[in-house]
Amino acid sequence: MIEGKVWKYGDDVNTDVIFAGKYTYKPMTPAEMAEHALEDLDPTFAKGVKPGDILVAGANFGCGSSREQAATCIKASGVAAVIAVTFSRIFFRNAINEGLPVVELADGTTMIAKDDTIKIDFEKGVVIHNGKEYRFPALPKEVLAILNDGGLIPHVKKALANAKP
Amino acid sequence: MGQTFAQKVLAKKAGLPSVAVGQIVDVEPDFCLSHDNTAAIAKTFAKFGVEKVKNPERFVIVLDHTVPASTEEYAKGHKEIREFVAKQGIKAFYDAGVGICHQVLPEMGFALPGSLVLGSDSHTTAYGALGAFSAGVGRSEMAALYATSRIWLKTPASFKIEVVGKLKEPVTSKDLVLKIIGDIGADGALYKSVEYAGEAIEAMSLSSRLVLSNMAVEMGAKNGYCAPDKKTFAFLEHRAVAEYTPIYPDAEAVYERTLGYDASKLGPQVAKPHTVDNVAPVEEVEGTKIHQALLGTCTNGRLEDLRLAARYLEGKKIAKGVRMIVLPASQEVLLEALRGGLIEIFVRAGAMVLSPGCGPCLGAHQGVLAAGEVCISTANRNFQGRMGSSEASTYLASPATVAASAVAGVITDPRKVGRGGGA
Ligand code: SF4
Repeated sequence: MIEGKVWKYGDDVNTDVIFAGKYTYKPMTPAEMAEHALEDLDPTFAKGVKPGDILVAGANFGCGSSREQAATCIKASGVAAVIAVTFSRIFFRNAINEGLPVVELADGTTMIAKDDTIKIDFEKGVVIHNGKEYRFPALPKEVLAILNDGGLIPHVKKALANAKP
Repeated sequence: MGQTFAQKVLAKKAGLPSVAVGQIVDVEPDFCLSHDNTAAIAKTFAKFGVEKVKNPERFVIVLDHTVPASTEEYAKGHKEIREFVAKQGIKAFYDAGVGICHQVLPEMGFALPGSLVLGSDSHTTAYGALGAFSAGVGRSEMAALYATSRIWLKTPASFKIEVVGKLKEPVTSKDLVLKIIGDIGADGALYKSVEYAGEAIEAMSLSSRLVLSNMAVEMGAKNGYCAPDKKTFAFLEHRAVAEYTPIYPDAEAVYERTLGYDASKLGPQVAKPHTVDNVAPVEEVEGTKIHQALLGTCTNGRLEDLRLAARYLEGKKIAKGVRMIVLPASQEVLLEALRGGLIEIFVRAGAMVLSPGCGPCLGAHQGVLAAGEVCISTANRNFQGRMGSSEASTYLASPATVAASAVAGVITDPRKVGRGGGA
């Protein structure tokens, strides 16, 4: 169970406004990436975000480029989870691979406003807001395994180590 | 029950008789693509503690995003990639200048009917135009593919987009795909496998189909398939790097949604700033002042695109105050354009011809926009800040609309202007 303060955005938040193309081929540490997180969407985000905050958005979050930095910069900014009505598929994969929990929430996101405090219960598969519970579908076990290992790199490392005689 | 293309190809790759929609499969892609992001991927790969890339013959690496390097940082990245491919024995390495990855893979015969191709680039969907199942993945996933050659994929539900009628000149597949994206939205086909079908698709050249599949991702799709036919096989003759078996959907396949279009009713379309699904008929934005016109990219940088644009530029001059950039998708395209006299037409009209690569498309390199500037582009994305300043705007359109607009200095309906000598 996690609890955090909400940053709220709309539909179709694309990867260019999450992490601009001009930065994609500049080598940066995750901490440096976090300084540019959501720069062209909400210039107040990178400065104001606190560890444990939760990002809530509408449909098709993370559409556009395959750049993984879009997930990395959000994770590095301290965001504990991203809730959206739907995610673009590459962002969804990237987030899992970075160990950033993503929640696909069909109902309820419109009720949640900026600065609200919400809870996510991953085990029960519910988001709790103002005493109301909103259900979300559990992730497939293959995907959960990656998230539970802390991302794809530790997950593959573990698998490779197990494969060795 | 009948199976869609996506079900059939994923079942085959997973070694299963059939797969259901939503089923997760563990598969080995035939080929994997990465580009300038290989430098970052190689660094992630190093974290696995594995010395050697498993199956180096399955990886194709193309330098295209920031070529030739404009900063020391980019140059360093390219150098690291050259060292990585040499060390790992990756033979399918195409250095700066060969072309944009999504043109190079088909040209070099890696995009094959019935194959599975994954790339750490979102427009990897392009190879669906040749009947491949191809999709974008992230950088960590590509690094994991270097180490293991395997990946999980979820079997998507499918949409069928059936296009009857004939496109009316100068309307192109770009106008068609913009119209579709405008109708269903940037997430209209989210997670879906899109199958394009119908007489208009059958009548199209492979180059035109590549535009449809390339932009499938702009409606959220996982891949965008066109049934391979004689044109596909002819193109692949002398190119295909391996044997291939085309895969076609069953006649009684089940689609989540079927959409119908009549190509003959379609006029030129434009995606307005700042989203690809903000689409309007060109008439609605006619007269909008532009500062830059971009012809090229992996979407519309092929010979037929340059040829179409040249018809509006021959014997003309680009409007004062407008910069035009021509970006052929590959060296092969550039050579053909040279031989066909197209490059001379562009230069005489006052355009800049860049060497093959992504150029201004992603705002990381050349031809970036200043605040307040407007660009009309044949590329596939117009997100805020993508091509430079977040206060610049980009309109997306076909090569005909872009060329006609470059000459007029304002967004122009190509049907309303006289064409040069080629007409
Ligand atoms: S031309 Fe543009 S869309 Fe195509 S691969 Fe290059 S950056 Fe991506």
